[in-house]
Amino acid sequence: MIRRRGAALALLLALATVATRVEAQDTRRSGFMFMSPGTQAMQRDDMENPGMLAVLDGAELWAKPAGTSGRSCADCHGGGAEAMRGVAARYPAFDATRGEAIDLAGRILQCRAERQGDAPPPRESRTLLALTAFVAHRARGMPVAPDADPRMTPVVEAGRALWHKRLGQLDLSCAQCHDDNAGQKLASAPIPEAHPTGYPIYRLEWQTTGSLQRRIRGCLTGVRAEPFAYGADEYIALEAFLMERARGMEIETPGVRP
Amino acid sequence: MRRRPGRRRRARRPAAVFARPPVLALLAALLASATAGAQVVPYTIVADGIPEPLGGAAGDPARGRAIVADRQKGLCILCHSGPFPELRFMGTLAPDLAGAGARWSTAQLRLRIVDAARLNPDTIMPAYHRTDGLARVAPAWRDRPILDAAGIEDVVAYLETLR
Ligand code: HEC
Ligand code: HEC
Repeated sequence: MIRRRGAALALLLALATVATRVEAQDTRRSGFMFMSPGTQAMQRDDMENPGMLAVLDGAELWAKPAGTSGRSCADCHGGGAEAMRGVAARYPAFDATRGEAIDLAGRILQCRAERQGDAPPPRESRTLLALTAFVAHRARGMPVAPDADPRMTPVVEAGRALWHKRLGQLDLSCAQCHDDNAGQKLASAPIPEAHPTGYPIYRLEWQTTGSLQRRIRGCLTGVRAEPFAYGADEYIALEAFLMERARGMEIETPGVRP
Repeated sequence: MRRRPGRRRRARRPAAVFARPPVLALLAALLASATAGAQVVPYTIVADGIPEPLGGAAGDPARGRAIVADRQKGLCILCHSGPFPELRFMGTLAPDLAGAGARWSTAQLRLRIVDAARLNPDTIMPAYHRTDGLARVAPAWRDRPILDAAGIEDVVAYLETLR
């Protein structure tokens, strides 16, 4: 009896040690980990990954002169394999000239308009998604490393507040699903942790490539809330918060998602 | 020639659930406008229940079952599972509905559907018959409850049969 109790105690202690060790580990999981093996394989293999089409289109656009300047992105930023390496891992970043946070797509639009002298393509257009996917792909495998500018802090905090705000007719917050119920199933869909590490993604349901803003709009529509307009500060704040929350996780663009 | 990716196999389209494809969203919007104008009716809470039927009339269990099993109308099975052998996908966010009628009185069931937050302010279960205290509701759903009084009574009548 005593011996058995001793053994049980030893087991408990052992379990406690394991638990502490596990706790110290990073338990965050990319949406990739919630996907079926087939969809995972599709993302892993560049020849199968339909998101690579946008990356390749972006590579062409990168080298193509545009606007009144007659210059291409590559003319200013270089055309080699090192151009834009890791840049996407830092966005959204603080734009000191504008005095506000800007997301990666917003920065590309800014270059298009102000430095190339061309009409900026609309949000969610093929051109903008391709260029964004090209730049984000150049950070693939690198850890998310948010902009250290202290002026980003209030933006991240605004994003955090939105994350916890109940919205829509269904009165649900992002956190209630993605923090409290990640891994559970909403009907047939596993609820992922909502890390922004794969964007722009190729979504099988969309049959095309789309932005993080489009993905978040899907969730807003799901809770029967009115989505924000593309490019709205709210999305940039949410993205800044999600990037902070995913600090150190690997960029996987182009992600594939169901 | 460099092979372009993604051509070899057509991407499979999975069962869309939460972010509905446009056609379904459109349908939902049409449905929404068809029943627009539904109002929240007054009711009285006694202890932890609503003893009187909303709007006064009794519900129909068969109609209630259809609402509960419908992903767009009742939405219940997004979160709950229940005795629905014909449904392949049910949620895991909430208790199984089987036996709900044995666990709760009719009055208790009614308040749980009408406004579950009255019992648990942190609940994720939406209030099915409340329009205040909500933020940024999309225009198609604004100022109308998820279920009208008759819908609530149908659902309650169905849940009562789950013993
Ligand atoms: C009721 C549950 C629910 C709520 C509330 C919700 N989501 Fe989601 N979200 C999901 C589900 C389920 C998916 C996966 C969808 C799929 O695979 O079809 C998802 C996917 C995502 C993804 C994609 C993650 C990836 O791996 O690519 C992001 C980002 C996201 N949500 C952000 C948000 C934000 C921001 C909010 C709040 C504005 C929010 N979600 C609210 C259920 C929810
Ligand atoms: C977004 C999630 C969600 C949706 C949608 C939802 N519920 Fe619930 N429901 C819950 C949760 C979670 C509980 C557990 C108690 C709590 O948190 O308040 C619950 C509790 C209940 C209970 C009490 C269960 C028990 O036996 O203890 C009943 C009955 C119920 N729900 C019925 C319904 C019906 C009917 C619908 C649709 C008309 C519905 N629910 C929609 C999340 C949900």
